[in-house]
Amino acid sequence: MSGHPSTYEPKYAATRWLDQRLPIIRMGADFMTYPSPRNLNYWWTFGGILTLCLVSQIITGIILAMHYVPHVDMAFDSVQRIRRDVPFGWLLQPMHAVGASMFFLAVYIHMFRGLYYGSYKAPREMIWILGCVIYLIMMATAFLGYTLPWGQMSFWGATVITGFFGAVPVVGESLQQWLLGGFSVSNATLNRFFSLHYLLPFVIAGIVGLHVWAMHHAGQNNPIGVEPKSKKDTLSFHPYYTVKDGFAVVLFLLVFAFFVFYQPDALGHADNYIEANPMETPAHIVPEWYFLPFYAILRAVPDKLMGILLMIGAIAVLFVLPWLDTSKVKSMRFRPLARRFFYIFLVACFILGWCGAETPSDMVFTVGQKLGVSDLGGYLASIGAEFPSGENVKFIEDQTRAFTADALAACQSELAAGHALPEYCSQTPQGLNFVWLSRIATFLYFGFFFILPILGLVEKPKERPESITKAVLGEA
Amino acid sequence: MSETANSEHHDDHVDEGKRDFILIATGTVAAAGAATFAWPLVAQMGKAADTMAAGSIEINLSGIAEGQQLKMLWRGKPVFVRHRTPAEIAEAENTDISKCPDPETDAERLVPTPDGKVNPKYLVMVGVCTHFGCVPVGESGDFGGWYCPCHGSHYDTAGRIRKGPAPKNLEIPPYEYLSDTVIKVG
Repeated sequence: MSGHPSTYEPKYAATRWLDQRLPIIRMGADFMTYPSPRNLNYWWTFGGILTLCLVSQIITGIILAMHYVPHVDMAFDSVQRIRRDVPFGWLLQPMHAVGASMFFLAVYIHMFRGLYYGSYKAPREMIWILGCVIYLIMMATAFLGYTLPWGQMSFWGATVITGFFGAVPVVGESLQQWLLGGFSVSNATLNRFFSLHYLLPFVIAGIVGLHVWAMHHAGQNNPIGVEPKSKKDTLSFHPYYTVKDGFAVVLFLLVFAFFVFYQPDALGHADNYIEANPMETPAHIVPEWYFLPFYAILRAVPDKLMGILLMIGAIAVLFVLPWLDTSKVKSMRFRPLARRFFYIFLVACFILGWCGAETPSDMVFTVGQKLGVSDLGGYLASIGAEFPSGENVKFIEDQTRAFTADALAACQSELAAGHALPEYCSQTPQGLNFVWLSRIATFLYFGFFFILPILGLVEKPKERPESITKAVLGEA
Repeated sequence: MSETANSEHHDDHVDEGKRDFILIATGTVAAAGAATFAWPLVAQMGKAADTMAAGSIEINLSGIAEGQQLKMLWRGKPVFVRHRTPAEIAEAENTDISKCPDPETDAERLVPTPDGKVNPKYLVMVGVCTHFGCVPVGESGDFGGWYCPCHGSHYDTAGRIRKGPAPKNLEIPPYEYLSDTVIKVG
């Protein structure tokens, strides 16, 4: 797998015998002595962390499958049974559920690292593209897995996401029903989702193999983006980076353990503790946190199909990133202008995540006075009015948003006079709502990819060190 | 020796056209065979016979009182059968549909009874918001019809979309009157 000259020498007759027939120990030894750039920082430890995440998910997943029942009548109870009755189920189920979140946390850091240090540039395009494929399959796996506990959020999440396929022109409905195996999310759906959820992690593992192979072939990038030129520029993977990765893994596991042991449900949604009910929708459907930015992009567009296309585009654009970035300089350390846009992009991603979690029509901030629920109740009591009913319920909903001061006063006097509320009392409040915020952030998200080709041509990069060794040890 | 020389001599006269033909013919048969075998693998994911068989239900309308709504599970989705009040019918019929995002008259959204006339009392709809598939809540919203709590779509008393992000009116399922009081949905 590794491109560097092998230094492995079998010590025993048995290992010599094996080495001539299947040089598997040699492969492992070459892997461990792979020359890595000597200046890798802690952002480079997430590859190892992600490997651990994948292994952890597969092990806990295989165990959960021994106790889980993929049937609409039993799935929900079987997951609760795992948590309550199965020996150590209280540990293994949250490890798997929290593990999914930790996996995404690590993969996002890993991806942003690749973006910042230009790890996608020649000759590493294949590493990046394989990484994007892994990310896509991870998203599919996470979505399928989230359906399995068969809670309300599982069911309605599956309904909404498979509904995306229904928006495809002409064949949409047939395609959606083919995916579901019925007219709606049903037992057939749950069964196939379970089957595929079990399969895909192994597909991921296979592509991870290719990802690492491509990385060992093209060589690792490093924080200054200057390729290693001599042996002095590199260190053996073991023990230097096994120890560094090991330390990072310990820190990462602290965060992981905090959630598993103290907040196993903090990253999930309370509605998923209600068994799936096709007759009733939860008031507020939100995906898991790691999908929120894409959900926000989807909802930023008023047209359903266009929203879906834009959301797919947000991921698809990553695949062509190596050809969008025209700069020869890899690391953003030496690209002051690109670095600024990178930070804007980073902030846009976080804002999109925030927007995805909120109700689109809610206000981010409002101009004018805001009337709280307690204010209204107190006010009504003070004028001796009965609590409004019927259409006035709308008023109570809306006053948790905002009114301009004038409209508010007018509405209050109408209420005081015992009149039905006129229309302007339920008018759209002034200010910025989450739809518009998500539109701004979507613009910034895609803007980054539009500006990259231009940046490479206009920006003047800073001077880069001659070699990794010089960068680490100075001119001496 | 002479045999070897002979066969080498034969190699000089390879009929490329024949080889191409054999290659293409073999490849075509193999591809057709692969496609034939792939089809069951793909088609098995479609709706099973029992799912299709459970695709229709009969609903007796006589038990639904005026102003009451029946919610039935049909094909895994809720179907609303509402016995509308005269006020609701009047509102549904007297709406200026030119302003609706998805203009349809009330009568267009109903199915004739056996005598060929429409009965505006009973409104039958799939209770799934056309936005993202949530189940709307009855007797609410700005138009006295249905209101979807997910993203705030308002439907009127004919189930037409009037306000909010949903693109279409609530879907009318395929149904027919078996008698004056019994309908078959699906």
